[in-house]
Amino acid sequence: MLVSELKPIGEILGSLRPGERVFVVACGGCAQTTGAGGEKAIQTLKSAVLEGEHPVVGALEIPFLCNKALIGLKLSRVRTTVDKAEVFVVASCGVGVQAVATVTGKPTVPASNTLYYGAFQGVWPAEERCARCGECVLAETGGICPLTVCPKGLLHGPCGGSYQGECELEPGRPCGWQKIYDRLAELGRLDLFEKFRPPKDRRRALDVPLSRRRTTLWDLEFWEE
Amino acid sequence: MRLRERLAHGEFVITCEAAPPKGADVGPALEAVRKLAPKVHAFNVTDLQSSVLRMSSWALCALIKREGFEPILQMTCRDRNRLALQADLLGAWALGIENVLVLTGDHPVLGDHPQAMPVFDLDSVQLIAVIQALNSGRDLAGNELSGRTDFFVGAAVNPTAEPLEPHLAKLRLKAKLGIGFIQTQVVYDPQAFVRFVQKLDGVRVPMLVGIIPLKSAKMARFMNEHIAGVHVPEEIIKVMERAKTPEERRQRSVEICARIVRAVRPYCQGIHFMPMGWEDCVPDIVELAGI
Ligand code: SF4
Ligand code: SF4
Repeated sequence: MLVSELKPIGEILGSLRPGERVFVVACGGCAQTTGAGGEKAIQTLKSAVLEGEHPVVGALEIPFLCNKALIGLKLSRVRTTVDKAEVFVVASCGVGVQAVATVTGKPTVPASNTLYYGAFQGVWPAEERCARCGECVLAETGGICPLTVCPKGLLHGPCGGSYQGECELEPGRPCGWQKIYDRLAELGRLDLFEKFRPPKDRRRALDVPLSRRRTTLWDLEFWEE
Repeated sequence: MRLRERLAHGEFVITCEAAPPKGADVGPALEAVRKLAPKVHAFNVTDLQSSVLRMSSWALCALIKREGFEPILQMTCRDRNRLALQADLLGAWALGIENVLVLTGDHPVLGDHPQAMPVFDLDSVQLIAVIQALNSGRDLAGNELSGRTDFFVGAAVNPTAEPLEPHLAKLRLKAKLGIGFIQTQVVYDPQAFVRFVQKLDGVRVPMLVGIIPLKSAKMARFMNEHIAGVHVPEEIIKVMERAKTPEERRQRSVEICARIVRAVRPYCQGIHFMPMGWEDCVPDIVELAGI
């Protein structure tokens, strides 16, 4: 179970370019259970996006956004609207956002911050894809998570150890920042590569605050332990 | 004259790496610095290079400063969080250290304490922004400081990185945040360096080109295989191979370096030596290159 919460609407709208045609996707799995997915998120996001004067060309709830095959199947049924969309706004954990970005090959904006995970970890291995940093930056990194794809978790491009697309850590391991660069180039968004990002708020990744421990989810999954 | 003044005046500058000791005895490190000082304008003190434990960079910087020479503090993001980095920077300033070269740092698994926690709370771009904040009298959290620093900040780049574009983009971002000098990774192919300079458009920061004297053909091959982004051309390796005696190898190596220095000189504002134990070659290279 990955616990996420919706980002402030202003931040989501800030990641969209003026008049961009939006497709909203929400996870009906963990994200819905924790209140940041499902039909509720779709409604919130649709009205916010419309208010920000972006046309919404489509919206879809998919039971588990960490299941790439399922995303492909569901989206292929609404092919024509998917083709019209210029950007996907995704309410789910970071894994789901990355899955949508990979399947669609289009700019993808996370509507949520992923905070931590509980017992069930989704179909696409979560710990390899999302470090639950609580300040999701996937909108600026082509839908590839720099915190998990780069062993140093850098936020501004490759270190000196990146060579011919390989990471300094071990032979054969791709350099995450080369992947992000290539994806942003494909999306025509290299401007984002040269954007300054302030240091992360590490509190978000460290501990589960008391307020969260009082949720039903917490009770269900952690109480006895 | 200080490094920043020399560069501002358009002087051609020589810097050289000085490694802190693996241990408590700074004698030999300082001795090497004293010997080189007549030919070198400033000494880069490495920060646990290759993630191998050594004495801290600021300590050797302070000792170099005490001897009357100019240090450049190398600072990586590998081992300290934002609190420790800022604390060390304030301390370094109080010890008279003015120049900082900001680096990401190698991953700890590559060094001699592979079990260590990789920190990387900030990255090199953010660390530059933090130093600019300290220079303006505030810390990263925006709190006002008693007295401000005035660090001269530098960044590193590999001119022969492949593909080059992401590294260029990162360098442009660093230049936007405010850097006063660039020191490059080692260059063995002057043409590749010139190509890099031509792509730099917009980045107008004095650049010092990295030089490492080759000890042998074997060292060249080793670097080609194991050091990311280092490429020694085959012709150079052949020249080293033909040298039979140690004296001959040293002589060839000095000639190779001098030739590279002469070739890159019109395109840069200085040379940055990384002698790796061959400190005594540096004056010979400088002389032969006619600097
Ligand atoms: S940036 Fe990465 S670690 Fe942070 S929430 Fe997004 S996917 Fe997860
Ligand atoms: S080589 Fe790339 S993935 Fe590896 S640590 Fe450096 S920037 Fe990160």
